[in-house]
Amino acid sequence: MTTFLAKRLFALLITLLVASLIIFLLLEILPGDPASIILGVGAQEDTLAALRTEMGLDLSAPERYFRWIFGILQGDFGRSYTYDTPVSELILERLSLSLPLALLAISLSTLLAIPFGVFAAANHKRFADTGIMGFAQLGVAVPNFWFAILLILFFSVKLGWFSAGGFAGWEMGLGAALKSLVLPAVALALPQAAILARVTRSAVLETVREDFVRTARAKGLSRNAALWRHAVRNALIPVVTILGLQLSFLLAGTIIIENVFYLPGLGRLLFQAIAQRDLVVVKNIVILLAATVVTINFLVDMFYAALDPRLRGGTHE
Amino acid sequence: MQHLIHAYGAVLMSESRLSEIWQQSWQHRSFVIGIILSFIMLLTGVVSLFWTPYSVELLDIPHKLQGASTAHWLGTDHFGRDVFSMLMVGAWNSMLVSVFAIGFGAGIGVPLGALAAGKRGWVEESVMRFNDFAFAFPALLTAVMLSAVYGPGTINSVLAIGIFNIPVFARITRGSALSIYKREFILAARTAGKGEVRIAMEHILPNIASVLIVQGTIQFALGILAEAGLSYLGLGTQPPLPSWGKMLSEAQTMMFFAPQLAILPGLAIVLTVLGLNLLGDGLRDILDPRLRRLR
Repeated sequence: MTTFLAKRLFALLITLLVASLIIFLLLEILPGDPASIILGVGAQEDTLAALRTEMGLDLSAPERYFRWIFGILQGDFGRSYTYDTPVSELILERLSLSLPLALLAISLSTLLAIPFGVFAAANHKRFADTGIMGFAQLGVAVPNFWFAILLILFFSVKLGWFSAGGFAGWEMGLGAALKSLVLPAVALALPQAAILARVTRSAVLETVREDFVRTARAKGLSRNAALWRHAVRNALIPVVTILGLQLSFLLAGTIIIENVFYLPGLGRLLFQAIAQRDLVVVKNIVILLAATVVTINFLVDMFYAALDPRLRGGTHE
Repeated sequence: MQHLIHAYGAVLMSESRLSEIWQQSWQHRSFVIGIILSFIMLLTGVVSLFWTPYSVELLDIPHKLQGASTAHWLGTDHFGRDVFSMLMVGAWNSMLVSVFAIGFGAGIGVPLGALAAGKRGWVEESVMRFNDFAFAFPALLTAVMLSAVYGPGTINSVLAIGIFNIPVFARITRGSALSIYKREFILAARTAGKGEVRIAMEHILPNIASVLIVQGTIQFALGILAEAGLSYLGLGTQPPLPSWGKMLSEAQTMMFFAPQLAILPGLAIVLTVLGLNLLGDGLRDILDPRLRRLR
């Protein structure tokens, strides 16, 4: 296990290194002069020169890269040009919305998907199974931002139960803040739940065929007890893998959903930074999101290996 | 297709297998619904190339925000443009982006996957690591970076979705090719003196084609969803060219008085993606012998 862990950890570091190099290359080297991108074509030469010095653009490329990386390691993400505040502060502030939103969405989708998936598997080829899978098939095809718009149309425009967008803020109390996150979380969760329910169903269907489930039944366990205690537990491995992969899609999803609901989260910050060509902010949010995705995949691998010793060989088959 | 099937003989489909597949296809419910929906969308897109009820660039402010009528089947938008015509052109645009993105992803991913399976060792390890790394960039992040530097546009969408497709195709190619490389006819081909590239082209690729076609259909659906998302955010197809995502983001500002504008483009996306997913599911059931045994 230790060699496996060391190998995967090494791979994780290499992946992060390459990712940071690509981001640096794409956002700092390829555009030529980032300062003129930020300030636009009509910028005065002395303003450009001042910004270049401020951003450290007069240094060589390798020097800039290492300064950026070592800065990140010390929690210094540089300074946003448009907000004139440290990027780390901006990110932390926005994370206080995006993180709860993502957690809310993933909990909601798991709470919905696993029971429905197991229920469908338990009623394989019966009406409940066909019905649930029909909904899941539809759910996979619905773009989350359109679903969000439909939710706004129904619950905000027609019924007036929720506001059509915006965030109350945590200082307004937990209830008010959570209320403004309900529709976005549902919009994020349902399409994800559809995928997860399908995976859960097929994983459970695979495990109920196994001998140990039959043995459990032979020992006198009821159908439900054998299903939940043996089949579902063993079916969780593929479910957790997909859940891990979904977390990274969820991060991308929050970028869109925050824009649909005008929520001041990390996604909206990233989006505004593109519009304002604030490359420092873009660069750091992108590396943060990419690192999160890679780390989640790494943790899923570890979880996997902890559950199933056969996977520790390090092969990908 | 026919010459491909005859080329390697070893494990591939015979004429009778083909007719069996043909018969099975039309009895498979998902496949039939999927192919009908996909065909309608394809036809809509193709027809939009030479005919739409109105020009999508025609602004007709006096007739803006009209409901459905005989003149405008699905009404008009805030500029008086015909919604049905816009949906037609939007269908072609999103299919085009998705097809090019699949071409890009498969064009790089399939050779990479075949290389990994054929060479094993450090080549395989590097390809798999590259895959992990490419997975770290969901299409949206790539599109965000490209737009931040080069500004938004259709090419960005193709590249961003295409880059995301590379590891998907590399993984599936490697996985399926590994088992083919173990077969005797590959050994026979090697003994006969065929080079690696010829073996990959003549023996591996035709044998994993069905898996790739199924995956391609699924990626097509994902591509349509991604394109819609990117153009919704304004990072993809740019006006005046209509796109389903852009139509939705414009409609969102008019939800209180023209809710129908926010529903129609979404329905178009859902029907297309649903059609392609059903088609992919159907194809997998029909083409994958392992699943066929289970049924």
